[in-house]
Amino acid sequence: MIEVENLTKYYGRMAAIRDVNFRVESGEIVGFLGPNAAGKTTTMRILTCFAPASAGNVRILGMDVREDSLKIRRKLGYLPEHVPLYDWMRVQGYLEFVARAKGIPSSERQTEIRRVIEEVGLDQVTHKLIKWLSKGYRQRVGLAQALIGDPPILVLDEPTIGLDPKQIREIRLLIKGFAHNRTVILSTHILPEVSQVCDRVIIINKGSIVAEDSPANLARAHGKSTRCHLVARAPESQFRDTIAGVAGVESVAASGHSVPGEVGLTVETGLGADVRPAMARAVLEHGWDLLELRQQHVTLEDVFIDLVTEESDEESPIGDSVMKEAAS
Amino acid sequence: MSGFYAVFRKETANFFVSPIAYAVLTIFLLISGFIFWANVSYMSVISLQAASNPMIGERINITDFVVRPLMQNMGFILLFVMPLITMRVFSEEKKSGCIELLLTYPLTDMAVLAGKFLSVILLLLIILAGTLPMMFLLFGLSQPDPGTIASGYLGLILMGSSFLALGMFISSLTENQIVAAAGSFGAALLFWILGWSSMLTGEHVGAVLKQLAILEHLESFNKGVIALSDLSFFVLFTAFFLFLTLRSLETHRWRG
Repeated sequence: MIEVENLTKYYGRMAAIRDVNFRVESGEIVGFLGPNAAGKTTTMRILTCFAPASAGNVRILGMDVREDSLKIRRKLGYLPEHVPLYDWMRVQGYLEFVARAKGIPSSERQTEIRRVIEEVGLDQVTHKLIKWLSKGYRQRVGLAQALIGDPPILVLDEPTIGLDPKQIREIRLLIKGFAHNRTVILSTHILPEVSQVCDRVIIINKGSIVAEDSPANLARAHGKSTRCHLVARAPESQFRDTIAGVAGVESVAASGHSVPGEVGLTVETGLGADVRPAMARAVLEHGWDLLELRQQHVTLEDVFIDLVTEESDEESPIGDSVMKEAAS
Repeated sequence: MSGFYAVFRKETANFFVSPIAYAVLTIFLLISGFIFWANVSYMSVISLQAASNPMIGERINITDFVVRPLMQNMGFILLFVMPLITMRVFSEEKKSGCIELLLTYPLTDMAVLAGKFLSVILLLLIILAGTLPMMFLLFGLSQPDPGTIASGYLGLILMGSSFLALGMFISSLTENQIVAAAGSFGAALLFWILGWSSMLTGEHVGAVLKQLAILEHLESFNKGVIALSDLSFFVLFTAFFLFLTLRSLETHRWRG
């Protein structure tokens, strides 16, 4: 549905993105994940035909963004990062403008607007000036304008930025709700969002894709060790030595458990090894009380931090090398 | 087509929701009204003197004493107010980021340009229509030449649209409304006074400068002459800057 090949974009001599390749299949929700200034917005602007690429190809529904910009724009709904809206318009009037601009025939215009207003929950504010809307409602108006015309592809740039936790939840549910028959690309730097909403994650850092998979697979593939959390009522040093002696345990550290008389440990083991039965047996054999034993899963956050920091450790900042390349 | 109409409606609504249209209309009508009053008063003074001197009386007519000076001055006031109308046309969209949505809707650049241009033309027509009551008053008092009035208005409309096209082009270059206004005003003023220097330069350069000067072409409309050369000057001037604006919009698609 969306094919991106060797996409590169220079701003002056700085590469915002370089050699980005990915595909999005029909019906997928893909999360674009990356720290600020990673190239998320640049990629989205190219996909939505707003800004041109310096090099590379983007094909959407088999059409090239440069050749068939107008046809592609008919199939796209776009929510830019800071939700630019006409502040002086009323919600109803604004959506009418959008419906006209998207070429919806006048006979269907009102039904379409009503459908969208219901879908995103704007019924309470249709006659308010956009200027006076809260951030959450502004975001909804932004989503509404993207949904008008029922486009099969939605591109959402940071749809939950600046919202409070309740609003974030609501917007997330909305996105999940209307995504079932659409292809959605959304960018974010908020991690839980991706694991909750997206089928697939593309992690981008400093203009290049560093990982691409489902959230669960990413966590599994990039986890380097398994971690267990263990609490027992026991003498501390003896307890520590015993656990360190269990086969498969790689390292033991105090976990900062603060209840008096109880000792908490964080145990790291090799990947895939399950040492929980062995540790439980060791504690019981010493006659101590085992209070807690829990395996911690590697979260997307660990993977993300891992990938993003790894990159900067390995090489000098990409900006420098790119500048040299561009100059030569 | 519906895309063009969407932009046209939005732009026109913006003028009348914001104070811009009212401010520009008020300023324009206030100054033209003052000039109208001054001219009519002057003529009545001269007429009193003419009562004793029939030689002067023969030369006095309302078209020469009121209509023409009024038309000339309205042209000059338009020079000041047209940049106020066009300064926001593209700059505001750029500054607020709304241009990102506008250019990702399935609208052709032509539809965006036509919608915006026709909405500023509509505002120009409304402003000029506001001066019609003064003309009706003159018809009540005397017999001004309707042909001169009609050609004078045609000249003002053509000159106004030239300024609007020029202002829209400059507005499409910047996201700062002050820069857009100052730039359009400066450029329009330059075209206004270009003819003045024709005496100082050589014969050929002077002739070219004279032909480029807006004032020169407006003059004949005020005399009641609709010459093809003046008509085509304004039409080409407008078309040229609209063309440049369209190109400036298109650069978004490949420059970014």
